[in-house]
Amino acid sequence: MPQNLLDLTAHGLATEIEVGRVSAREAAEVANVRVEEVDGEVNAFLTTTPELALERAGRVDEKNGEGRFWEGVPLVVKDVLSTRGVRTTCGSKILEDFEPLYNASALENFGEDLVMVGKSNMDEFAMGSSTENSAYGPTRNPWDLGRVPGGSSGGSAAAVAAGEGWWALGTDTGGSVRQPAALCGIVGLKPTYGRVSRYGLISFGSSLDVVGPMTRDVRDAALLLQAIAGHDRRDSTSANVETPDYLAELDGGVEGLRVGVVSELMDERIDAGVREVVGTVAEGLEGAGADVGEVSLPHAYYALEAYYIIAPAEVSSNLARFDGVRYGLRVPADGVHEMYRETRERGFGAEAKRRIMLGTYALSSGYYDAYYAQAQKVRTRIIEDFRAAFSRYDVLISPTSPSVAFELGAKTDDPLAMYLQDICAVPASLAGVPAISVPGGLSEGLPVGVQLMGDHFTEPMLLRAARAAEQVAGFGFTLKP
Amino acid sequence: MISEEQVRHVANLARLGLTDDEIQEMGTQLDAILDSIEKIRELDLSDVPPTANPLNLSNVLRPDEPRPELSQEEALTQAPERVDDLFAVPRID
Repeated sequence: MPQNLLDLTAHGLATEIEVGRVSAREAAEVANVRVEEVDGEVNAFLTTTPELALERAGRVDEKNGEGRFWEGVPLVVKDVLSTRGVRTTCGSKILEDFEPLYNASALENFGEDLVMVGKSNMDEFAMGSSTENSAYGPTRNPWDLGRVPGGSSGGSAAAVAAGEGWWALGTDTGGSVRQPAALCGIVGLKPTYGRVSRYGLISFGSSLDVVGPMTRDVRDAALLLQAIAGHDRRDSTSANVETPDYLAELDGGVEGLRVGVVSELMDERIDAGVREVVGTVAEGLEGAGADVGEVSLPHAYYALEAYYIIAPAEVSSNLARFDGVRYGLRVPADGVHEMYRETRERGFGAEAKRRIMLGTYALSSGYYDAYYAQAQKVRTRIIEDFRAAFSRYDVLISPTSPSVAFELGAKTDDPLAMYLQDICAVPASLAGVPAISVPGGLSEGLPVGVQLMGDHFTEPMLLRAARAAEQVAGFGFTLKP
Repeated sequence: MISEEQVRHVANLARLGLTDDEIQEMGTQLDAILDSIEKIRELDLSDVPPTANPLNLSNVLRPDEPRPELSQEEALTQAPERVDDLFAVPRID
């Protein structure tokens, strides 16, 4: 082997495999050993699949470089993505023994010989910002094992930060890719809504959910998006829009690019240390030739409220499928309604119950117009705000999260404090626009994420801007713990 | 203020079993959450159309062509309980 494989990015490793200096099997072995070494502390995985990884890596090697460029690079898959024959729990007791009958389309697109390290830990049904809502215990942040990795894709973020696999898939409904990426010092990309098929992604908020890459650098994010993107006839909400080459203009720089700093997301709700890092990166982009100014998204102040009506409303509907009939847990009872109630009482954790209740309430007779319909109208206003902003700027910039990683247990008793973690992330979710978190520097010795947002389907430009931001930040990936 | 009766009503709509303690706690927490989202009601949005999907897709159709999908046998493999070729459920009350 040419060097320590754990020092390579995913595209670096893919190149080594392509030219034959490293075998996919060797890479899979390195990932498996790393999981053995550190996952006792990190708890990034709900299920590990070392034999499957070796078997598929062997098949990649048999192709002698004729397969897809990325195929041999071991990948971590969030446990909300269906994997045929491999347990998929969504971090919930209600799916403890569930084995899907088909693969998520994003995984099928990646390739049939996807070298999967395992299924990563998450907040139950992707509801949470710390991975503490997992029914199987929290994941720990590799930067500081006493702190949370963020969530809900905290297992995926921690696995990448700890080198338990070179890259990961997460899902983002209201920040669940971007916020844990920020807290673990890696890159997290939420593509445009509909850019990646949701087929086989176990639904949380169907009008918000997106599958996204979580990687060591921006180039890896572009490569992983290339691997999973595309229209899918099995998902009627997937976008029938051509998939461009996401790597083509990556190194084009930001000369003349118009970058707007979102003023509503730089106020006192954001920790000063976080604002400072974002400001420094914005100045760096200006130094690199971008035209940097200030921009307003006036309805961003209402985004969190609208999100915490729309997302629970959608989840209350989506989680109705867990009824003990076709799959998952069943608690036996005499009548069918009692069976539903007891199954769902035993199977769901506190946050899932809270959101089901909130969503059912917001949709119930007499409250629908006041809450759900009003939130949908706020959503229209937020989309209009973005449209106005994008008439003046190509890319918007803000913090990803209002703080760095917090201590385990710090917010578990206060749902509202936990929801505030999402204030910077939810505007892009409601508008369906692509957004990426890039490590911008440190505050209190912990990583800070800088969020860049672009208009629908402008990922090539967004990735180019993110690549430039990554370069001016000069935040090199370092393996933890 | 959301009443205990309302909490029980909503839990019933959601077919969610909750203990008496959970009913109490849920009422308190829902109150706090609803208070915090109350401010969206201050906006006058009577003329604004609602957004259900950020790409504004509607009525996405595809040709109605039969294709092989899951077999009945496969579809039943994850069932908590089956009788012959069917999902089994308790008495419908």
